[in-house]
Amino acid sequence: MLKTENLQYSYNSGPALRFPDIHCETGEHWLLLGQSGCGKTTLLHLLGGLLTPRQGKVILGQTTLNALSSSQLDKFRGKNIGIIFQNPHFVRSLTVGENLALAQQLAGVPADKNRIVHLLDRLAIGHKINAKTSDLSQGERQRAAIARALVNKPEVILADEPTSALDDVNTEEVIRLLEETASEVNATLLVVTHDGRLKEKFSKQINLNG
Amino acid sequence: MNLLQLSWKNLINKPLNMALSLILFALGVGLISLLLNLNHQIEENFNKNLAGVDLVIGAKGSPLQMILCNMYHVDNPTGNIPLEKSRAFLNPKHPLISLAVPLSLGDSYRGYRIAGTTYDILELYKAELDEGKLWAQTMEVTVGAAVADNLHLHIGDTFRSSHGLVEGIEEHEHDFKVVGILKPNGSVIDQLILTPTESIWESHEHQASADSPQDSSETVPLQESGAEHDHDHEGHVHRTEPPADYDSLTLRKLAEEDRLHLMEQTDKDITSILIRFRSRTNIQALNMGRSINENTDLMAASPPNEIARLQTNLGIGTDALKVLAWVIVVVSGLSIFISLFSSLKDRKYELALMRVMGGSPGTLFNLILLEGLLLAVLGYVIGIVMSHVGLTFLAGFMKSAFRYSFSGWTFLPAEAGLLIGAIAVGILAALIPALQARRTDISETLAKG
Repeated sequence: MLKTENLQYSYNSGPALRFPDIHCETGEHWLLLGQSGCGKTTLLHLLGGLLTPRQGKVILGQTTLNALSSSQLDKFRGKNIGIIFQNPHFVRSLTVGENLALAQQLAGVPADKNRIVHLLDRLAIGHKINAKTSDLSQGERQRAAIARALVNKPEVILADEPTSALDDVNTEEVIRLLEETASEVNATLLVVTHDGRLKEKFSKQINLNG
Repeated sequence: MNLLQLSWKNLINKPLNMALSLILFALGVGLISLLLNLNHQIEENFNKNLAGVDLVIGAKGSPLQMILCNMYHVDNPTGNIPLEKSRAFLNPKHPLISLAVPLSLGDSYRGYRIAGTTYDILELYKAELDEGKLWAQTMEVTVGAAVADNLHLHIGDTFRSSHGLVEGIEEHEHDFKVVGILKPNGSVIDQLILTPTESIWESHEHQASADSPQDSSETVPLQESGAEHDHDHEGHVHRTEPPADYDSLTLRKLAEEDRLHLMEQTDKDITSILIRFRSRTNIQALNMGRSINENTDLMAASPPNEIARLQTNLGIGTDALKVLAWVIVVVSGLSIFISLFSSLKDRKYELALMRVMGGSPGTLFNLILLEGLLLAVLGYVIGIVMSHVGLTFLAGFMKSAFRYSFSGWTFLPAEAGLLIGAIAVGILAALIPALQARRTDISETLAKG
């Protein structure tokens, strides 16, 4: 379960951004719609514990994120929150498989090669396990990013504009895989987007503009 | 995929940057190690070959040259001394002198020096016979282990000497005969060809009469000082052979007989006398060198003093080189710093990503620090290997230049200290980039992504 209460954030002296309360039950898939500049990314960073809210709280399961110490939060995030970014980035010196192994190691999860192989196979990029991430196509990179977000079987998956750089076919495929793999680990999925193509794919939606 | 593996992969992902830092670092470390080793081995060899000699008496000239020539056999003699003037020091009954080893130098065989001397030289260098017998009769030689090895000399072989220390210059007509080979003992005696003093006289006696006059303008070390040539082979004595089961006492006795015999040859020359005092604390003994220098035509010098002076002078040169080498190490540290710092810009997003995946600020700090350390340690290892490979190559050259055995693969405690220095440079170079990485603002970096 992921919920927020009275969440507010402000950049330096800028005006405060207020966010509607969110309440997602475990395993639900939600779409957060909003136009550019309305604070979508800020909200996602608040949910992912990358930013600390000025007011209000983010609660994941039994844990209030803002109550954790900085190092506790780092470990908690690595283990329980998978984040997919608009532009998939990787540690360039590592292969796809090694990037996933690093995600396990940094989260303090025991190394599990089988999980990595299984996940990449599931996302149809199993043959790329030893490829450098720079050798992947845009669609493959986004799928590898999904694999990395999912490798530790997180409780919640946050996706920030995961399809904005993809064509229709790839968008279809990536969203399908995202939903399927999230369901397989019973993770709560929250997709933040302004991409109208996704509107009809999610029944549960929050509109940040209104 | 732990941090060490990750830092390694990050390094080899930029092979050119890594190579530059490594080469610089290895160069600095290698140079320092090379200097340390050369210094140490030269010093060690110099000291090992001091052989407890307190004073060298020879012809006037450069004291250092005299020591280098008579103790280390790397330079030409300063000249000769007439036995008439030096015979007193050979006297076995001399109250201050316990050991006096006459040396007659000047000839060599294929780069190895022939020394006319007495059995006391074996006592000086603690040398022992390996096979054959000790030299006894004129023109018999016992050769050092390195000589036998390198020139493939065997018992019964004969050879002709040439003048000076360089091979191929005018051969003398007399054949030397190998009668024995010494055990290797790591001192300069390994490199010598030992023979009775009379052998040198004999070969030069004939040489002197055969030579054209202009040749004698060169320092022909051993010709008779007497104007008239004595052709009845006065110096050609029949010496008592040491018994097969000789001990050091027998040898001392025979050497004393030799000295007594030499004392009678007042018309002949030798090159020098190596002297060991009965007591090193005796004031008279300590003043002996000065009194010789002030009151006689001879020159006396103390090997430890001359070598200490030489080492001080050499030390200034090596110190300057060492400073230069450390400058290279510091510059290589700077290159590590710059390459880490500039890589941070490229890797900002990666580092933020590592935070997202659960890494703490400390993780990023450690990662960058490890990269610096890895470069430093690797550079150190390469440098040390380079230096010791270089030393092995140099060993051959040093052997012929300094007549000592050099080894490329001995390691000094100072090289462990060098490792600590290298690690310190690595840490210092990586510190600021690591702190920078630690401060990465995840949200801001990712939002800009």
